[in-house]
Amino acid sequence: MSRLIPEEEYGKRPIGALRQWMSGVRDPYLNNVEAKEKTGQGEESEEQLEEYQREVLSVIRKAQDTANNSQYTLFRKFYRSAALICCLTLTLMLLITVAYLPPVGNAGNPAHNEVAAKYIKDGMQDTGAVNIVTGMILDYRAFDTFGESNVLFIATCTVLILMRNDKKKGRGSAEEEERRDSFYEPKSDKILQTSAMILVPFIILFGIYVILNGHLSPGGGFSGGAIIGAGLILYLNAFGIEKTEKFFTAKTYKWISFCSLSFYCIAKSYSFYTGAHHLESGIPLGIPGNILSSGLILPLNICVGLVVACTMYAFFVLFRKGGF
Amino acid sequence: MDFIQNVPFFSIMISMFSGIISSILSEKWAKRLNTAAILVVGIMSGALLLYLCRTGIGSYIFMMGHFPAPWGNEIRAGVLEAGMAMFFCIVMLLSMTGGRKKLFDEVEYTKHNIYYILVDMMLSSLLALIYTNDLFTAYVFVEINTIAACGLIMIRQNGRTIEAAVRYMIMSLLGSGLLLMGICMLYDLTGHLLMSNIKEVMAEIMANGTYRIPMLVTVGIMTIGLAIKSALFPCHAWLPDAYGYSTVSSAAMLSSLVSKGYIFLLIKIFYRVIGLDIIYSSHIIGILFIFGLCGMLFGSFSAIGEKDIRRMIAFSSVAQIGYIYMGFGLGMKEGMVASVYHILVHAATKSLLFISAIGLTDVSAGSRSFFALNGSGYRNRIAGIGFAVGSLSMVGIPIFSGFVSKLLFAKAAIINPTWKMFPTVIVLAISTILNAIYFLKTVIRIYTPEDLTVEKEKGSYSIRWDEQKLYAATIILFVVLNLILGMNSRPVIHLIETGLANFA
Repeated sequence: MSRLIPEEEYGKRPIGALRQWMSGVRDPYLNNVEAKEKTGQGEESEEQLEEYQREVLSVIRKAQDTANNSQYTLFRKFYRSAALICCLTLTLMLLITVAYLPPVGNAGNPAHNEVAAKYIKDGMQDTGAVNIVTGMILDYRAFDTFGESNVLFIATCTVLILMRNDKKKGRGSAEEEERRDSFYEPKSDKILQTSAMILVPFIILFGIYVILNGHLSPGGGFSGGAIIGAGLILYLNAFGIEKTEKFFTAKTYKWISFCSLSFYCIAKSYSFYTGAHHLESGIPLGIPGNILSSGLILPLNICVGLVVACTMYAFFVLFRKGGF
Repeated sequence: MDFIQNVPFFSIMISMFSGIISSILSEKWAKRLNTAAILVVGIMSGALLLYLCRTGIGSYIFMMGHFPAPWGNEIRAGVLEAGMAMFFCIVMLLSMTGGRKKLFDEVEYTKHNIYYILVDMMLSSLLALIYTNDLFTAYVFVEINTIAACGLIMIRQNGRTIEAAVRYMIMSLLGSGLLLMGICMLYDLTGHLLMSNIKEVMAEIMANGTYRIPMLVTVGIMTIGLAIKSALFPCHAWLPDAYGYSTVSSAAMLSSLVSKGYIFLLIKIFYRVIGLDIIYSSHIIGILFIFGLCGMLFGSFSAIGEKDIRRMIAFSSVAQIGYIYMGFGLGMKEGMVASVYHILVHAATKSLLFISAIGLTDVSAGSRSFFALNGSGYRNRIAGIGFAVGSLSMVGIPIFSGFVSKLLFAKAAIINPTWKMFPTVIVLAISTILNAIYFLKTVIRIYTPEDLTVEKEKGSYSIRWDEQKLYAATIILFVVLNLILGMNSRPVIHLIETGLANFA
């Protein structure tokens, strides 16, 4: 309230507005800050509605006409060049950094320290595995590898979310989609079937060999499992899903991966627990070089191999059919 | 070694094993197992925290296997780690219970047990990120965290979530790739993956001047990789869709836990790998500071312009992440404490906001637009209270948690001796006002009564609290958590300070 100027004029000034806001007479937010819904809809005449529709259509057409939209082309140009510049800068920066890194193969490199030396020197004695790499990933750093096999497990879970079709019957069911997708595929290709017949046993046998010899020679669960998975996929492609379903269904997959991961989890928990409390684990290491040696490494290799093989096969089946 | 010192190892293994078991269980049992696992891990972490505080052991190392550290794996637990694990479990449990009803509406029933597998795995990876003392272990679990988060986004299958998941995947993999590259170069330069060993070699390198340039690039790459993964300002484009369209438990967990896990790892890397002196004397901290400030402003601007309530809350996350990085950027201990406190505050508040927002939109005929929300605070009273508390906390009203962290930020800025003082204080003030604009605008709208006839026309209805007991309990617990953080901040700050001191 001012004594010098009349009430109306005072209200228009900033100080007056502030006063009114403080006393609650006026709310500056009301009808100003919030977005308002369009009122008066449904009152237009037919003509107006038609015009409105035409306008909307023309706007949509204009927006979809990307070839002649100057704003859009400009944005695309900007976007592409910015992306290019970012990538080139990053690449250049990393290349320059590589030039400053220690030279490869130099004996004085920082990476050649006591860590690697102990792996090479004591690896066989500590883990019982002739193959140092296997000894490292499944005994020295088994916790990381456990995480890594869980990465595979959880990746399958996300693919299951994305691809598994749970509809059993009718339009859009897994069966029907598979039939539609493979309509033009040759049903029983003699050449493929014959060669698969010869190759698949050898591939799977080789995979088993790689897994079982993981602690003796190059290889192990991850690579052997991938080989077995490839063999299964070849078999599936040659003979169709009906043949493989006889021995490998969703249930088989579920139980195999559950059993191997649980075994891994329990076995390693035991070994971590005893290790942390400096107890003897009581698992014999055997004679290095024998097939039954190196303690837990052989069973763990088998577990990892099973998980990897099942994962590979499951991915393929899910992409092909959307379910087992 | 006392038996209770096994807790970090047990909690990682329990959560992981429950994920593995869930793959053969029915939906119902997977749900129970998930709840039990989170509860057990939370209680155990609380016990560990009590034990560590009582005995005064700062932190200790737990050997994972028969071989000592640089050869085998190890994890490390301290006051801050145990407290963080307990807090994450609380928030995760509440997020799961709050979104349980919505899960049935939005996710195919046959895929529910996969959802619980993902949540279990995410818990284990968060715990591993908290406890790890080894950079490669951290990377492995970052991977699990990323894939689980992608699954959590796209388990509600519609076009928007698939698109959001693809975006999240691309940005997140860029971040992971940079982190991995950084770890590789760090190994090349130092020959170690164990955090404490790297720190020793790092100090030597920095003192000698050999490999100085690649070291700085490495540190920068790792920082930026983790910043992208936790949605620091210019790399936040994936965030609004990912938080805005996924099912509500996922949104709450993604915003309050997943991004915080990466930030916690970054703090760990600052303290235990690089060393505070080196990081504070480099320009990387300045970049984080500037992007943090930009995030505080632009996140809020985007939120003001948003008409979809879920996306608005998501954009507000960008602003809050900006606060956290601004605290790092101040380059002082007080800023770090404020940032860690803000991690807690944001985790507790943002999940509350997401969960109460879903209650409000449900009684407004499922529409997420602002216009439909008129009077929804009366139709679902408990959700309205939750949203109001969350909003007030985010704005920074005293007695709610947001106030304390803002006060800590302001205090840290004022005693900062460098040029960073004025920008921080000014942007803090502006950002608070912007926060107030968009949050209070929504609170006013949900408490503006709507005509009954209009309500009926729109198809909205009222719901009482006894029709949604679990949901109401969740909201009440969240509000209590907020009030605890807001009114009882001193012991928490003390805990953070001792925890950070043990880090170094």
